[in-house]
Amino acid sequence: MAACALDALESEETLRFDHEGRTFVITRSPEGDYFAIDGHCSHEKVHLADGVVDGYIIECPKHFGTFDYRTGESQAPPACIDLRSYEVKVEGNTVFIKI
Amino acid sequence: MVIVGAGEAGTAAAVALRECGWRGPVILIGNEVMLPYERPPLSKAILVEEMNPGPKLLVTPERLAELAIDYLQGRNVEWIDRAAHTVTLSDGAQLAYERLLLTTGARPRKLSVPVAPESRIATLRTYADALAIRQIIRRGCEVVVIGGGFIGLEVAASAVSRGASVTVVEAGPRLLTRAVPAPVAELIRAKHERAGVRIESGAMVEGIDAHEGRSKVVLADGRTHLADLVLVGIGVVPNVELAQAAGLAVDNGIALDETLTTSDPHVFAAGDCCSFPHRLYGARMRLEAWRNAWQQGAAAAANMLGANRPYENVPWFWSDQYDETLQIAGLCREENVPVARNLGAKGHLFFYLAADGRLVAACAFGSLGAIAKEIRLAEIMIVRGLAPKAEALANPAVNIKSLLI
Ligand SMILES: Cc1cc2nc3c(=O)[nH]c(=O)nc-3n(C[C@H](O)[C@H](O)[C@H](O)COP(=O)(O)OP(=O)(O)OC[C@H]3O[C@@H](n4cnc5c(N)ncnc54)[C@H](O)[C@@H]3O)c2cc1C
Ligand code: FES
Repeated sequence: MAACALDALESEETLRFDHEGRTFVITRSPEGDYFAIDGHCSHEKVHLADGVVDGYIIECPKHFGTFDYRTGESQAPPACIDLRSYEVKVEGNTVFIKI
Repeated sequence: MVIVGAGEAGTAAAVALRECGWRGPVILIGNEVMLPYERPPLSKAILVEEMNPGPKLLVTPERLAELAIDYLQGRNVEWIDRAAHTVTLSDGAQLAYERLLLTTGARPRKLSVPVAPESRIATLRTYADALAIRQIIRRGCEVVVIGGGFIGLEVAASAVSRGASVTVVEAGPRLLTRAVPAPVAELIRAKHERAGVRIESGAMVEGIDAHEGRSKVVLADGRTHLADLVLVGIGVVPNVELAQAAGLAVDNGIALDETLTTSDPHVFAAGDCCSFPHRLYGARMRLEAWRNAWQQGAAAAANMLGANRPYENVPWFWSDQYDETLQIAGLCREENVPVARNLGAKGHLFFYLAADGRLVAACAFGSLGAIAKEIRLAEIMIVRGLAPKAEALANPAVNIKSLLI
């Protein structure tokens, strides 16, 4: 699924991507690589695209649960359930995610 | 390691003791007869959800078992013997401690005016309180909220959204006088009035009578309000009696030093029950906030194991009002200069600078998406003691993240 253009994000920035009723957060790492995980925090239904990114960690804007956005793994409470991560591929100028 | 009080702070501490590598016993004692749960949803989701709203647990029984945390529920700690290093429980049991943590929280302040015994007044602190309130609020019922603080306003929002008719009676000149700067309190007031909540500021309650199965709130100017439910939300009182009886220093809460240690080096405290000196603000403070409770609980746990680290986290608070959120990072005083940043229709954001130019607080109200990142970045600036230019903060074209250096 085409998600965004390659230059859509700067590093440590996020983008919300919605598809068929599901929502994802796309994050660009300090090295410029793209990653995708579920969009909603596993604690409450809050979108992670509004959170702050530091290194490989994305922080939930509501209660600061944190996740590794490369794997979806939860890092700090109150979020204690892992999120799913999705494969990302860059072709030409477009970032694709495998849903 | 013994922890008294299984709320947000006590539970965070129990988990943190294990995460810090402590292998000896961890005993968490709580006087509520259920697993530790989150309080913030009590005035929000639990009052409005259609179907049986369960408590939002802080920890599952499996997790407690996995971490080998001994949770003694429904037991009150009655006495601390500091010389013998023991605590005595309501069932007479005595437990020895090496280090003791007090996370006894706070309780709702009581009205100081006459209250008829048959009147229906409620306060909100526990899950049981929330279920009792939930039973009463429904379409067409009359709710009077005494006190225009956070809990009162959140209950007001939840009650009108369930079709109740709500009046908030506040003694002070405006809402949220203690914690929120005037322009933001004004936005919140407007939001409530649009939703149909009546707000009466400067209204002193003189007493509460009972009247044909309902309560009658009598105001000093002679007016009265009949209500099916009177919610008293006039602040909380820290639970310090246990510490006081043990001879520990108390000063607007169990008095701690910057490492969260009481006047006894073997006894620590955290959360709503304690006061501590904050380096960034050069003052002793007691916070009544969810994030502080768990961060301070975890910090106290590390210090119980000898980390000896000062607690310097920036105070942070949030409240949900209808579909919008208030967030405050830091503490602002009257003399701090506000700098407004235009977020368009989605929210309002104010930064507060000290006389020396340092950012000391930021406060925003609006949609979570519009405000959360800005408040988080402001918090990082506060921690680092940065003095961003007011013009840059006010200019929406300047990315706040670029001010972090
Ligand atoms: C309705 C409501 C809504 C809230 N909403 C927000 C919000 O939106 N944002 C925010 O930042 N904060 C909010 N808060 C505040 C937040 O919940 C508190 O700051 C936090 O719960 C404090 O945690 P604590 O562990 O210090 O105390 P508590 O959570 O009060 O826990 C203390 C526990 O210790 C027990 N205890 C006391 N004495 C003894 C004893 N002698 N023996 C055994 N047990 C004992 C008590 O019964 C209690 O279970 C809200 C609070 C309430 C009540
Ligand atoms: S909603 Fe994400 S941590 Fe609570």
